[in-house]
Amino acid sequence: MSVFFHIGRYSLFVRQIFDKPEKHGIFARLFLRDVESLGLKSIGIVAIISVFMGAVITWQTSLNIFSPLIPRFTVGLVARDSIILEFSSTIVCLILAGRVGSNIASEIGTMRVTEQIDALDIMGINSVNYLVLPKVLACVFIFPFLVVMSMGIGLLGGWLAGLLTGLVPSDDFIYGIQYIFNPFYVVYSLIKSVIFAFIISTVSAYWGYFSSGGALEVGVASTKAVVVSSIQILLFNLLITQLLLT
Amino acid sequence: MIEIVGLRKSFEGRIVLDDISASFEKGKTNLIIGQSGSGKTVLIKSIVGLHQIDDGAILYDGRNFIGMNSLERKNIRKEIGMLFQGSALFDYMTVEENVRFPLDMFSNMSLSEKDERVNFCLKRVNLENANQRYPSEISGGMQKRVAIARAISLNPRYLICDEPNSGLDPRTSIVIDELIREITTEYDITTIVNTHDMNSVMGIGEKIIFLHEGVKHWEGTKDEIFDSDNEVLNDFVFASELFKKIRRVHSLAKC
Ligand SMILES: Nc1ncnc2c1ncn2[C@@H]1O[C@H](COP(=O)(O)OP(=O)(O)O)[C@@H](O)[C@H]1O
Ligand SMILES: [Mg+2]
Repeated sequence: MSVFFHIGRYSLFVRQIFDKPEKHGIFARLFLRDVESLGLKSIGIVAIISVFMGAVITWQTSLNIFSPLIPRFTVGLVARDSIILEFSSTIVCLILAGRVGSNIASEIGTMRVTEQIDALDIMGINSVNYLVLPKVLACVFIFPFLVVMSMGIGLLGGWLAGLLTGLVPSDDFIYGIQYIFNPFYVVYSLIKSVIFAFIISTVSAYWGYFSSGGALEVGVASTKAVVVSSIQILLFNLLITQLLLT
Repeated sequence: MIEIVGLRKSFEGRIVLDDISASFEKGKTNLIIGQSGSGKTVLIKSIVGLHQIDDGAILYDGRNFIGMNSLERKNIRKEIGMLFQGSALFDYMTVEENVRFPLDMFSNMSLSEKDERVNFCLKRVNLENANQRYPSEISGGMQKRVAIARAISLNPRYLICDEPNSGLDPRTSIVIDELIREITTEYDITTIVNTHDMNSVMGIGEKIIFLHEGVKHWEGTKDEIFDSDNEVLNDFVFASELFKKIRRVHSLAKC
């Protein structure tokens, strides 16, 4: 089916998400469940990736800056900006598209093929709103925390790498990461994380919701969810950078 | 009573239901029978509005479902209990939470009233002591019972069942069929049951509609089914050796 078909159906789908929840108590329960399953359970993978990427970024940077004219603390500064501007928002969100996106698509897809969504609809419940809104809000709420956490752990990884390889002395690194620090870079990253959270949750829910057939199709939906939301993230990353930083 | 008039439904140009008219009576188990792929599921899903139909009318005690706005539809849907082929229980909820769910969503009952209602419904389907288990931890027959309990929790006026005994052994099938029939007469509701199981037809076929390739070919009761000279129907009903024998005995008895 054509791209335009999907864009149209996706738009209608997103509009249905933002209906008023039927019962607030039930909504709150689902929201907390999703904060846990989509957010808190992603902390581990974000932490591991951040510490290693922070270390590698620092290492690579220090290996590539070998001119004696450039002071050592520059390594800290460059690593900091790479981590804050791109790694902790874009790359971490790409990882989360895999972790969270496939989770959302397969959960909702399974509910579709086992007729659980029909069961909700037949009760007169707006199934899109009931199933998807808690997930979207949970992602939008928790992703910025994950991104900030990733920044901290990434910098820690960089500091450790500099120390352990002996390439960047601790004092230089710490001086470097504080040098001409622009707080807007953090804000920029947080804005991106919120937008990416929205993309991942809605796009993945869309593919799950409109899957049909059986277990095989749920697998396909889940792959589509990850691929399409990853591409969207890359496209929007360009767009947001263009809008906010230039 | 539910009536359908001139109902048509197609998927991407392929006609799946062609000009179906029928009425399903109150206090009776109305059966829709036919081979796999004959359009039974599409028909009941059209009746409850899960599929949009191309043409026709669907009347719930005279109220035309097709002309309704979304709020009116929502209100009708609260009067419908539906039993899905695979039970469609919410798998992250316990048995008790599944039955309680419609009450949580749509009733203003107090907590203790809800507890009472949940226990009543579970008791009605003879399922006690499974309250805290998850659907994946109970047998298919038990899942069906939970699904029935969930379907009746809000005291529906209409009960719609898609292949209630698919995947069940013959004994459990009969128990589930009987349960559906008892509930139908006890609460005087309009029940529609899809099935391709001849045992169900013989057991609870108070009114039967026979579908073949999306067309209604016959209607009658389980007693009339033996005397029909409709060939398509006979091909379906007397496909098995067992039913061929029964027909022979039946015609001998009449001589
Ligand atoms: N969502 C759908 N899209 C396209 N075709 C469908 C859809 N649902 C059912 N059909 C087709 O409609 C026909 C009737 O299906 P169904 O009502 O499920 O049969 P059954 O009598 O076994 O319940 C089948 O040929 C099926 O392929
Ligand atoms: Mg079917």
